[in-house]
Amino acid sequence: MLRNKLKEIDLSQSLIFLILLALLFTFILYPLIRVLYVAFTEADSLSLSHFINFFERALFKESFLNSLSAGLMAVIFGSLISLPLAFFTIKYDFKGRTLIQTLGILPLVMPPFVGAVALQLILGRSGVFNLLLLKWFGTSVPFMEGLRGVIIVQTLHYFPFIFLNASASLANVDPSLEEMAQNMGSHGLRLFRRVTLPLMMPGYVAGILLVFIRVIDDLGTPLMLNYTKMLAPQAYLRVTTIGVEDKAGYVICVIMVVLSLLSLWGAMKFLSLSEYAMVQRGGAGTPISKKIGGWRLVFVLVFCFFVLGVSLLPHLGIFVLSFAKVWSFSILPKSYTLNHYVEIFFRTPHFVKNTLLYCLLAAGIDVLLGSVIAFLLIRGKVFGKGLLDAIATMPLAIPGVVLATGYLRVFHGTNLPFFHQPLTSLWIILVIAYSARRLPYTLRSCYASIQQIHISLEEAALNLGANRRKTFFRITFPLMTGGLIAGGLLAFITSSVELASTIMLVPRMEYGPLSYGIYIYMQSAVGRGPGAALGVVAILLVATGTYLVNRVFAGGSGTAFKL
Amino acid sequence: MKRFFYYVICFVWMFLLVASMAGAATKEVVIVTSFPKELFETYKKAFEARYPGVTVVVKQKQTTEGVTYIRETASKPEADIMWASAVDAFQVLKAEKLLAHYSLSKEISSKIPARVGTYPIHDPDGFFFGFALSGYGMMWNKPYLQAHKLKPPAEWTDLIDPSYYGHLAISAPSRSGTTHLTVEAILQAYGWEKGWALLLNMGGNMAVVTERSFGVPEGVNNGQYGIGIVIDFFGLSAISSGFPVDFAYPSMTPIVPANVGIVKGGPNSENAKRFVNYLLSEEGQVLLFKPDIGRLPVIPELYARAPSGYPNPFKMKLGVLDFNSELSSVRYGLLNSLFDQIVTFRLGELKEAWGAIYKAEKAIEEAKKKKKDVTKAAALIAEARSLATRVPVPESKANNKDFNKAFKGKEKTEARAKLETEWDAAAKANYSKAKELALKAMEMI
Repeated sequence: MLRNKLKEIDLSQSLIFLILLALLFTFILYPLIRVLYVAFTEADSLSLSHFINFFERALFKESFLNSLSAGLMAVIFGSLISLPLAFFTIKYDFKGRTLIQTLGILPLVMPPFVGAVALQLILGRSGVFNLLLLKWFGTSVPFMEGLRGVIIVQTLHYFPFIFLNASASLANVDPSLEEMAQNMGSHGLRLFRRVTLPLMMPGYVAGILLVFIRVIDDLGTPLMLNYTKMLAPQAYLRVTTIGVEDKAGYVICVIMVVLSLLSLWGAMKFLSLSEYAMVQRGGAGTPISKKIGGWRLVFVLVFCFFVLGVSLLPHLGIFVLSFAKVWSFSILPKSYTLNHYVEIFFRTPHFVKNTLLYCLLAAGIDVLLGSVIAFLLIRGKVFGKGLLDAIATMPLAIPGVVLATGYLRVFHGTNLPFFHQPLTSLWIILVIAYSARRLPYTLRSCYASIQQIHISLEEAALNLGANRRKTFFRITFPLMTGGLIAGGLLAFITSSVELASTIMLVPRMEYGPLSYGIYIYMQSAVGRGPGAALGVVAILLVATGTYLVNRVFAGGSGTAFKL
Repeated sequence: MKRFFYYVICFVWMFLLVASMAGAATKEVVIVTSFPKELFETYKKAFEARYPGVTVVVKQKQTTEGVTYIRETASKPEADIMWASAVDAFQVLKAEKLLAHYSLSKEISSKIPARVGTYPIHDPDGFFFGFALSGYGMMWNKPYLQAHKLKPPAEWTDLIDPSYYGHLAISAPSRSGTTHLTVEAILQAYGWEKGWALLLNMGGNMAVVTERSFGVPEGVNNGQYGIGIVIDFFGLSAISSGFPVDFAYPSMTPIVPANVGIVKGGPNSENAKRFVNYLLSEEGQVLLFKPDIGRLPVIPELYARAPSGYPNPFKMKLGVLDFNSELSSVRYGLLNSLFDQIVTFRLGELKEAWGAIYKAEKAIEEAKKKKKDVTKAAALIAEARSLATRVPVPESKANNKDFNKAFKGKEKTEARAKLETEWDAAAKANYSKAKELALKAMEMI
């Protein structure tokens, strides 16, 4: 038995496997272990005292509860927005529903901290809305105060995760099941509650948990809104002002990891359940969508466009701000200018340039690692593949603040050979952080695209005399290009708006990418305009990327994924 | 064709990777600064033009973050220059022996007076140097005050007026060296207990305690907040950028220098010296007048060249505050932490308490007019006020060097955590009790 097993292990693959393992260990697992180590030890012996201290301190306890409740509220409000949207656009047939589906993704193309700035302008204390209220009714509503503001921004930003996942699983619900129920006399709400909802549950729950993870992870929004009583900002403040020696920062990191791990585990559990819901479906029939008209149509349209209108307000706000010369306590800016764009493209072009450079590199690294890991996982004959998979998926549950803290802890003191500087003072640290954070996304899309390639194609190449490497590069690799490009783009767009790990790791001003630039610009009187202009660039970048991903995936289902 | 395309992509990508690795360091001077972009960009350009071949590398960090950074890299310093406003941050660095000694040349030092008011411009021991003067004050948004029918404030003590409830903004001293100085200055001007009473009452009027020091001027500029407590150049540069704001120095304000110091053992010490010299030369000093910088040079004769209406600190008649920077550096960390625990992180409770107090006081005033007996309610309010202005640390402890050790060393985190928990609990209890008393007083009327 054992000998047979050993025979199946391929030596060159094992070598690659070891190299990969070393890489992942150094940049993902080890920093995390160091964080855990600091949090769980007292004078080098195992101890829970820091955790006990943590929960004894009212401030931390409240931060913990605030983070939890922000996550919960974002999920609840996000569901209130997304479920009707998903239901209407999938189950009803009316003009404009594709438009609504497209607009529903747009909130994701804005970095949340930019959304925070923009929403301040619109819903803030002296935002457009409150100024109008003040003018007409002599009162104002404090939308953006404290935790409420954070929840509003995060809900508006992250609800598409629920919307997308819920629509996808709703569309996947086997229509014959619903027909059966209808034949047996179930209609309307009862049909939805007893049949449709349970069937779409797994996708919906996965969406919810994704939102929850993001909210826990989000550092930019609370920072921009000056609300620090949450886990991520507390960890950031502890580590940056008190120093990497402060224990409380690590404890917060560990708690964040635990929260995201739990949610991730839940999401995966539910997603695997979703498979049985779809087993029935063999391309049989498209989901039933009812034609609607009259007052129902009016209601649906009013609802959809109201919700989407509100969620697209930040985009509008940041766009106007990027052209505004002086916008102070007035409903609209007093005068307009193009100077902010001149500033960011000609006077300080490095923010945009750095973003392109870092994110392209990170995307490249991710595609390379992702495709090789995925190949090993599916076709590889090596021992311990599961470990590789586990470490590579781990970053999903490591918040940016935690990863950055780990990097600072691990790489800060030691100089690299040849560079005579520690890794944390080279800009490559940002590329590494982005690659590590986005690896799971690319890995998943590479995995999916390899799975689609039938093994017989590779076997044919091998039979015809090509060796393993040649087969990989000539057959497997070209066939999986669609998935690779999509995965790479995904990594690119998400890292271009990454703030949490960026502000902790940027070694020096000139190395700052776009997200950092926005953060820095927002710190001076004349900088708000250029900051907003950078925000618009970020939105355009992400929007283009998202569009391309969809194109590749859509075209991919015809070409690259076919077999 | 398609394959060729992929090769090109791969090639370009590999090129990027290699090019990035090869970006080796040339001649540099590495500067840690808390200053906004406009300021350091101006000096970076000017200095690089003056010394071709030298690159100015800027690491922008908040002051306290910068101190932490220099402390943590002390075994092998990465930075050459610390460049920030807060003099107490430099005191801390000097005390921890992280700064290098340097003597200015006669040519430079002869033009700069030893003191502004009673405050020495340079560190007398030669570890850091003032390059620009700053006063602290209040800036306000004119249309905002108009719309809310508020008068512009003139003194720190004006800020506790109930009419300003919910309209003020300040940044956390733990995150902003300049606010730290303002808070320290208020405490020194009015004394520990009274100063804290003033600060906590102001805190009750705060709409926000921002995490970034620029959060305050930003909020005032765009009209989020009415009045912000800021360092003068935030006000001056916003006025010159066309925002409808104004700025005033209260009479009790310290005029203190913003500083530059050379990091001990930094990698480019020659360039660091050059930078300091450049900053203090006439050529460097004149740059401070630029409208988007708006700072006050340390060379008095340069004010002849200043734009009209520019304040001249050497002629200003400002308060007699004799700023004690030694005391300030003793309790630096404690003050940051204390303010965070009892104001920043408890702002919600503090605001509620003061809101209730103001409401009750208004009701009492009205009841008095109707000739009702309000003595009991007034007594409750007096107690509520005393609770909502109480600082949980006595001055004797706060100024005690041993007591402050918990906020200095790396190992004392336990002690620190214990104190922080204690203060937090005290603040929470005091404020909720104060609110309760005020509500009770309301009921009695």
